[in-house]
Amino acid sequence: MTNPIGALFGRSPIRPIESHMDKAHGSVQQLGEFLQVAISGDWSKAAAAHDLIVQAEQDADEMKRDIRSHLPNSLFLPFSRSDLLELLRLQDRLPNLCRDVSHLLLTRQTKIPKPLSQPLQNYFSCNLEASAEAHTVIHELDELLETGFRGKEAELVQRLVQQMDATERACEEKENVLRKALYQLEGEVSPVDIIYLDKLIEGLGRIMATSHRIGGQLLLLISS
Amino acid sequence: MTEIVSQYGFLFLALACLFGFFMAYGVGANDVANAMGTSVGARAITIKQAILIAMVFEFLGAWLAGGEVTSTIRSGIIDVEAAGFEERPELLIFGMLSSLLAAGIWLLIASQLGWPVSTTHSIIGAIVGFAVVGISADSVVWGQIVSIVASWVVSPVFSGTIAFFLFMTVQKLVLSTDDPFVNAKKYVPYYIFLVGFVIAMVTLVKGLSHVGLEITYLQSALISILVGLATMAVGIFLLRQIKENPGANREDRFRSVERVFGVLMIFTACSMAFAHGSNDVANAIGPLAAINGVVQSGGVLDAESPLPTWVLLLGGAGIVAGLATLGYKVIATIGRNITELTPSRGFAAELAAATTVVIASGTGIPVSTTHTLVGAVLGVGMARGIAALNVRVVGKIFLSWVVTLPIGAALSIIFFFLLSAIFN
Repeated sequence: MTNPIGALFGRSPIRPIESHMDKAHGSVQQLGEFLQVAISGDWSKAAAAHDLIVQAEQDADEMKRDIRSHLPNSLFLPFSRSDLLELLRLQDRLPNLCRDVSHLLLTRQTKIPKPLSQPLQNYFSCNLEASAEAHTVIHELDELLETGFRGKEAELVQRLVQQMDATERACEEKENVLRKALYQLEGEVSPVDIIYLDKLIEGLGRIMATSHRIGGQLLLLISS
Repeated sequence: MTEIVSQYGFLFLALACLFGFFMAYGVGANDVANAMGTSVGARAITIKQAILIAMVFEFLGAWLAGGEVTSTIRSGIIDVEAAGFEERPELLIFGMLSSLLAAGIWLLIASQLGWPVSTTHSIIGAIVGFAVVGISADSVVWGQIVSIVASWVVSPVFSGTIAFFLFMTVQKLVLSTDDPFVNAKKYVPYYIFLVGFVIAMVTLVKGLSHVGLEITYLQSALISILVGLATMAVGIFLLRQIKENPGANREDRFRSVERVFGVLMIFTACSMAFAHGSNDVANAIGPLAAINGVVQSGGVLDAESPLPTWVLLLGGAGIVAGLATLGYKVIATIGRNITELTPSRGFAAELAAATTVVIASGTGIPVSTTHTLVGAVLGVGMARGIAALNVRVVGKIFLSWVVTLPIGAALSIIFFFLLSAIFN
């Protein structure tokens, strides 16, 4: 670009960040489908669902690299560049975590015991809710830019992120219910199964925590 | 040696017209596009409308507010007495011809290489160059040069500051409120008033005396308020056609808000063209006016002789020709590249830049409209208004100064000695 006025305008990272979050949230939704078929014990369908998650994870990686390569140090942004990169890193963790969870269950074909099925679905839908909320606040970035990151729009985003705290607490309760149900199965199912199911709960917990941190990171971005 | 002037006077004048036209053509092809591209990029106006606005307001700017800069370039940089032009008026002709040619050729080369070179810097470098080497270092009015060069730094900073605060008011009054659309409709007319008022005020206070109008400060203020109100009336009429998209979500609502600011940007585009015309047309016609002055008077130097209208028309015609043949392509390229600049930001940048440039024009200081606009856009960026700005451009602009001044000077020195050798 030869013209000073034209050359002055860099590529905005905002749309790409939003698209990346679409992908990240999409992988959480796909994990939901994976869990459905895994609960029913249909491992061939589960393998197909896992492949979709792996694909989403790779796509998200690609998008992340593209965004990073278009963020040179010389770019003047309305927020701190390192805050944005941290946000991107958090977003990119979601598909990774989803892939880890589905991989964990699929490779060993760990059977999910009947009494766990409902508490697990309850807990997961809460995780999905948290991811959806993170997705919503990230999509406020356009409007935040439009308003110069202040006033009513910034207040609205602050409220949305505060609501995410409530979701986190609700998830913790559901996690406790799920864990209790799991520990009641001790003796009935093999100890190795217990360990793997415990790892599953841990993995889902990380997805929850990451979604929550995305909201917090966005607030940091706004206030910078 | 005035016989050279009387002998070849017509030839010199014809060459000056040719070179001046060439230079104006370059301004039209490149510079105007920078001034108009922001409005096109913000989708406030189409390319055709931009060209039409540029044609009308570039000319108005040059005619109504361009006198001071023209006289600076024509007779403010070189001290006629110290240079000995009274005995050898042909030296002034050679020098100004060389400067036009040097600046024009350098602009051509630089734009081929893709360097952000300013016409203003090229012509100033060229004039100083021939004066120092061809005549003597004492012939240059260094005080004037210092204030011109200082203004090249001050003007982007100044316009950046105005743009920053202007955009802050937009955030406070409109964008961050409960109902941005209603507030946009409420406050945009006042911004439109501001556009008309500021441009008229600066023009009246600073620049109109050369047209033969002598008015007091109070009269200027009154007339400017009237101009502002008239502009506002046109704006209110246009705004009545902007309706909010019904039942839209928040994203669409902001789009409606930007449509309101789009109306404002039509006016700031006009002010931008006016400002550009008032400052940059002088780069082409200043030297031409100087040559014409010498030739018409048969070698007698008279810095105070009025600027003939045909010189102005020639400059205007050159700009329009450049704009119509090459400039529209540049506008289209810029327009495609700056989709990130929405009208609520674009107007702030344009109004700030136009105000700064018109003030400089009134004071007779040649500045770069493009660089001033770059400063204004950065000012909006400082107020967190733009998603991503390449600050590296600022470095490139600095570099282009460092290169342009010596090259413009060197080229004009070469042409000066060539012309002197041919005609002596």
